Amino acid sequence: MLLFPEDPQECFEFSAEAFNLAERLQTPVFVISDLDIGMNDWVTDKFEWDDEQKYDRGKVLKAEDLDQMDNFGRYLDVDDDGICYRTYPGTHPEKGAFFTRGTSHDEYARYTENGDINEQTLTRLVKKFRTASELVPNPIINLSEKQGSSGVIFYGSTSAAMYEAKDILNENNIEVDLMRIRSFPFNLDVWEFIENHDLIYVIEQNRDSQMRTLIMAEGGISAEKLRSLVWFNGDPIQAKFIAKKIYERESQQTLIT
Amino acid sequence: MSYFKPINKHPNLEKNKLGLTRRDYEGGVSTLCAGCGHDSISACIIEACFRLNIEAYKVAKLSGIGCSSKAPAYFLNASHGFNSVHGRMPSIATGANCANEDLLYLGVSGDGDSASIGIGQFIHAIRRQVNMVYFVENNGTYGLTKGQFSATNDLESKNKYGEDNLFPPIDLTSMAIQLGASYVARSFSGDRDQLVPLIMGAIQHKGFALLDIISPCVTFNNHDSSTKSYDYIRNHNEAMGKTDFVPLGEEIKTNYDDGSSVEVKLHDGSRLSLEKTDHNFDPTDAGNSLELIREKNKEGKIITGLLYVDNKCKPLTEIMDLPDKPLNTLEQDELCPGSEVLEEINKGLS
Ligand SMILES: Cc1ncc(C[n+]2csc(CCOP(=O)(O)OP(=O)(O)O)c2C)c(N)n1
Ligand code: SF4
Ligand SMILES: [Mg+2]
Repeated sequence: MLLFPEDPQECFEFSAEAFNLAERLQTPVFVISDLDIGMNDWVTDKFEWDDEQKYDRGKVLKAEDLDQMDNFGRYLDVDDDGICYRTYPGTHPEKGAFFTRGTSHDEYARYTENGDINEQTLTRLVKKFRTASELVPNPIINLSEKQGSSGVIFYGSTSAAMYEAKDILNENNIEVDLMRIRSFPFNLDVWEFIENHDLIYVIEQNRDSQMRTLIMAEGGISAEKLRSLVWFNGDPIQAKFIAKKIYERESQQTLIT
Repeated sequence: MSYFKPINKHPNLEKNKLGLTRRDYEGGVSTLCAGCGHDSISACIIEACFRLNIEAYKVAKLSGIGCSSKAPAYFLNASHGFNSVHGRMPSIATGANCANEDLLYLGVSGDGDSASIGIGQFIHAIRRQVNMVYFVENNGTYGLTKGQFSATNDLESKNKYGEDNLFPPIDLTSMAIQLGASYVARSFSGDRDQLVPLIMGAIQHKGFALLDIISPCVTFNNHDSSTKSYDYIRNHNEAMGKTDFVPLGEEIKTNYDDGSSVEVKLHDGSRLSLEKTDHNFDPTDAGNSLELIREKNKEGKIITGLLYVDNKCKPLTEIMDLPDKPLNTLEQDELCPGSEVLEEINKGLS
């Protein structure tokens, strides 16, 4: 799982959320910061903590739960969401122990070389990723007034430059629809936005358009639809650069700022 | 493959204080090669846990990757087990140790797993004094991947295919002593009488206990030019005085004459009684231990026995002053400082 905060304030929020997701989904969660967020001074909204929010400790069985069960299987998908119940070591004298293997295993964590069972295990993980996509933070979508505008996808510390670029573009009569991706696996809102646009700029601060590749691979989206717009000289991305590139492509003219 | 053994209890099997037999401490049927040293070590772990009346569900078995790292599947079926990524067992052990220090952590690794890919992790687990028993089932080779040289293989020891080894070995026991390991022993998988008490002592010890156990790989490193073969070890093993494990409250019943043994008290009050030999050796003096290992290496001997013990060390959780209650049982109200504390931090930033 990946979370993409846009600034230090969201780093704070997402780091707390990462613990909830990691325990719920029983998988590591990466909070993708970058050099700009990590090393430069930022002005952000105040860090806030809602005392009402509860930690999500996920599906963990206690001794009392085990006592009432006669069939504990570490990888049994009893809730049909791909996430199975686990136990901590030392919970119960007779029940709940299992071996976390580096090999193929059945629903009871026993070693197996049975291909059908292995397929079932791997298919369950697909279900788990689908569940994950419903739990991770939604993208932030900003639609323009104009029907048929091109879309823009961006994430992380590109935000501030992107919003400024949008203003420059608007002043020059170019409308764009924005989507800030905040997590992976991508959820339905991400796919809907992509579905609803004919042309989308994917703005990234890496040489290889990594997010664009991920979108193409995960969603089977055609390369022509996703236009790569990358900045990788090592400095934080600039609004002028984004505005200029989009303007030139949208209006077929050069933008002089 | 793993197979499960049918449990048919023999009425005459000896029982320990928990009413359990040795069979209750077994695991799945081993799939290692017949004669592999690793299986003998598993048998000694079972024996030590049986004799110490260990409750299996309070044990966590951790390992990396290798034939040795497969071994935890073959003992203590009733314990949780975790097969980590190659060389990464020490991190898992460190984390688990902090999450719940009340469990007994048995880490099983190989010379490849610990002395090559995982050496950085190995070093830091020692340096941090993680309270665990760390077994290196040392065969001088990468058994699982079919016999490449490992970093503990001796310079003069060729591989099965007759190739020369170009690099000198890492001595894990000296390294561990230098890094602050508080219980360091070397043994041989074929010497059950020596190994079982050493494991029992390591289990009762609080702090990082390293057991570097020469454990021949019959398939890839048991040939004439190997220095980790059964024959070679039998001919070059220089066992230190016998070690006896004396549980808390029991009288010492060793056979040595008065004054011929050294006693080391362990954290829980149990004791190790070491037979004195002409080595004139004090196992609580690190300098002494390092000297002895170096000297014996030079003579071409493999010194086995308890090499070093520091029974006053503080384990990781004490160094970090963690609460008595296991961290994995703390609830939100005990963990979360809440909005008021955050407000103070925010004020400090403006
Ligand atoms: C990251 C990674 N690198 C390499 C391997 C391949 N590999 C598997 S076991 C092993 C060496 C195991 O040697 P050792 O720890 O001595 O175990 P033994 O089989 O000798 O008991 C290697 C290199 C792997 N599984 N994972
Ligand atoms: S290959 Fe060697 S280390 Fe692996 S099981 Fe066989 S004898 Fe043991
Ligand atoms: Mg090995």
